[in-house]
Amino acid sequence: MTSLARIGPWPLGGLRAARLVERNVMVYRRTWLVIVSGFFEPLFYLLGIGFGLGALIGDVPGPDGRPIPYGVFVAPALLATSAMNGAIYDSTFNVFFKLRYAKTYDAVLSTPLGVGDVALGEVAWALIRGTLYALGFLVVTVLLGLARSPLVVLTVPAAMLVGFAFAAVGMAATTFMRRWTDFDFIFVVTLPLFLFSATFYPITAYPDALRVLVVATPLYHGVDLIRGLSTGVVGPALLGHVVYLAVMGLAGVAVVWRRLDRLLLK
Amino acid sequence: MGRTLRVVEYCARVYRRSWRGTLFVTFLSPVLFLGAMGFGLGGFVDRSDGLPGGVPYAAFLAPGLLAAQGMQTAAFESTYPIMGRIVWDRVYAAMLATPIGVRDIVLGQLAWIGFRLVLVTSVFFGVMVAFGLARSPIAVLGIGAATLTGLAFAAPIMAFTATQRNDQGFNAIFRFGITPLFLFSGTFFPVEQLPTLLQPIAWLTPTYHGVALARDLALGAATLPAALVHLAVLVGVTAAGLAAAFVTFRRALVV
Amino acid sequence: MPGRMSRGEPLPLVHARGLTKRFGAFTAVDAIDFDVARGEAFGFLGPNGAGKTSTMRMIGCVSPVTAGTLRVLGLDPATDGPRIRARLGVVPQQDSLDMELTVRENLVIYGRYFDLSRAEARRRADALLDFVQLLDRADSQVEPLSGGMKRRLTIARALINEPELLLLDEPTTGLDPQARHLLWDKLYRLKQEGVTLVLTTHYMDEAEQLCDRLVVMDKAKIVAEGSPRQLIERYVTREVLELRFPAGASVDLDGRLEGLAERVEQLPDRVLLYTDDGEAAVVAVHERGLRPESALVRRSTLEDVFLRLTGRTLVD
Repeated sequence: MTSLARIGPWPLGGLRAARLVERNVMVYRRTWLVIVSGFFEPLFYLLGIGFGLGALIGDVPGPDGRPIPYGVFVAPALLATSAMNGAIYDSTFNVFFKLRYAKTYDAVLSTPLGVGDVALGEVAWALIRGTLYALGFLVVTVLLGLARSPLVVLTVPAAMLVGFAFAAVGMAATTFMRRWTDFDFIFVVTLPLFLFSATFYPITAYPDALRVLVVATPLYHGVDLIRGLSTGVVGPALLGHVVYLAVMGLAGVAVVWRRLDRLLLK
Repeated sequence: MGRTLRVVEYCARVYRRSWRGTLFVTFLSPVLFLGAMGFGLGGFVDRSDGLPGGVPYAAFLAPGLLAAQGMQTAAFESTYPIMGRIVWDRVYAAMLATPIGVRDIVLGQLAWIGFRLVLVTSVFFGVMVAFGLARSPIAVLGIGAATLTGLAFAAPIMAFTATQRNDQGFNAIFRFGITPLFLFSGTFFPVEQLPTLLQPIAWLTPTYHGVALARDLALGAATLPAALVHLAVLVGVTAAGLAAAFVTFRRALVV
Repeated sequence: MPGRMSRGEPLPLVHARGLTKRFGAFTAVDAIDFDVARGEAFGFLGPNGAGKTSTMRMIGCVSPVTAGTLRVLGLDPATDGPRIRARLGVVPQQDSLDMELTVRENLVIYGRYFDLSRAEARRRADALLDFVQLLDRADSQVEPLSGGMKRRLTIARALINEPELLLLDEPTTGLDPQARHLLWDKLYRLKQEGVTLVLTTHYMDEAEQLCDRLVVMDKAKIVAEGSPRQLIERYVTREVLELRFPAGASVDLDGRLEGLAERVEQLPDRVLLYTDDGEAAVVAVHERGLRPESALVRRSTLEDVFLRLTGRTLVD
């Protein structure tokens, strides 16, 4: 058998996850417009809220309390939220469809690919897509003069981290979903995160009790991390954000790994 | 008329099974937007005296969101569910095997969407009242304005949906149609803030007229001539969309 | 050394002893034993719910064995799943084609899952599309294909890695007769080429067409084993006489068919008389003054074997 020669033992089984990414690239070669359109959502918000509404607001207090123009304040937050939204979309609706309806993974699992490859592959794909958006958004931010520090280049890996954390947790949640209506839960979680994570106005606008609550939620850490980098206000707090998001992502991956085993290998 | 009502009845029966799923998106979502943008961000707008005439930002935003909610609800209701009934489940085809005709289907479906719009915008209006954001007795007419705004989207989008064989085109509608209209048609800031060149484009959109009408009503600033212009645009677009839907539904269903 | 079989060694491709699958309290497969030899076409015949698909999924290494021994290609699915799957082709009961890809892309990406180079995957894809007569639809989407075409595409996909063992779960269920015959032809040719086939079916004609050897499954157990001919010889007579009586008449048949055949089977809509000489039985029926609406003599089939073994029909 010719195929046998190429297939040895593979200690790095997870590397096969790249094949799943390859599949997704194949799909989106034809529907690239869907990918491109994802870039416009944060851009429209940046122009509409950042500039249109921003003109009515003027300056707001930045991360260090000093006033900054509203566009400078809101742009990094929009990058963080779009990283979250993109990752959630890819890892929930898309994965659920393939898991429950298209049976895509059932077919994949009758090849040498394993459940771990599937989980890694989908999360990696969501990350790649998110990175493309983050790069695009970075260019826009710089062109519009909304970046205040060279550290702004680090917003791309930061957005990847946000994407990783949400993709992993989103996929973990998806493995518990039974029907489409369960996805209202995703909205119930992500919309308040989008609106209330110090995204559109400084966290100081909240009373203390509420502030504690906001600080406990994940998107806040993403927003504050990216805002700090883009405005050049860095401190140990940023490290805390990184740890929070990394732990969240790894926990998500662990759950996904276990659950997919149960769901697919019955 | 009776047959059109049968179609409405069908929609109502389906809705009775699935209304819970729509609760959050249709109701809570504008309320959250109102909370975050109207009150949270609004505090910063008010502090810098952003709006002319000293109107609090929340009072400015709320009627805008009311009309935008009409648009968004209508856009969703006239894409995926309609596609499902034409292509995926072929429910309409089954209806056509009975005395029900294509016009009954289009009218019944649109009437149902209109009913849903009245429902969701009424609830949101109730929230506005509770927060003291309806500053005029005729503000309640904003429910009608928002419903009409929705219909001005539902009719043409239904017509478009009937020309599609799969849902790929919907992504473009939402990303490049509904989202920009939501953000740039006066919902969040006066269209006068837009670059001068873009302002006439905003005037051409039904969203602008729906938002303006609902806002004038809520703030007690409505004048009859302006209201009539807004109404004429919304009714005109709805009628044109309906006429188009008659044609495209016939093409899609009667082969 | 497991996994490296020298030629001529009679090590079975699939070897199961006491193979059991439980889902909670429900036993889907109850301690079955079977062996599949290289090059044969082996079938699991049985009604829906007999445990065929569960068995297939265990062989395909996507369903952990609850108890018993299972060796596939000499390897243990529990520890060598990926290595086994690399040498299997799987045609699942429900087509799991990738609806987001074209016909050709479905095969190419599948080849990539098996670590084929892109060029090799493309070459094999086109050769297989030719084999299953879908080359002219290569760039089409999967959705508009007919059921038979989708099935053929699924089979082509299962062959992309040139498998030693092809698992087919209900390969022709839901297809029209023409599509079934086309598919049987393709499978027959694969068999000629030396591919080992393991298939499940609840169609006795399919089992008779394709299987060298089969086991009859019912309620999670194997109830008989042999070639189609052996099973018929062992459990039923050569011919069957099928009698249909006007509605309501069957009640007073009691005893009146006694002695006309080796075995009489009364079904809701007809009566089956198992005998080696059907024509003689027809004459005898008429001599007894019985006036059936219709009388049909046919050869016994696996359907009759199943009826005999379980007291139930295969497809109901």
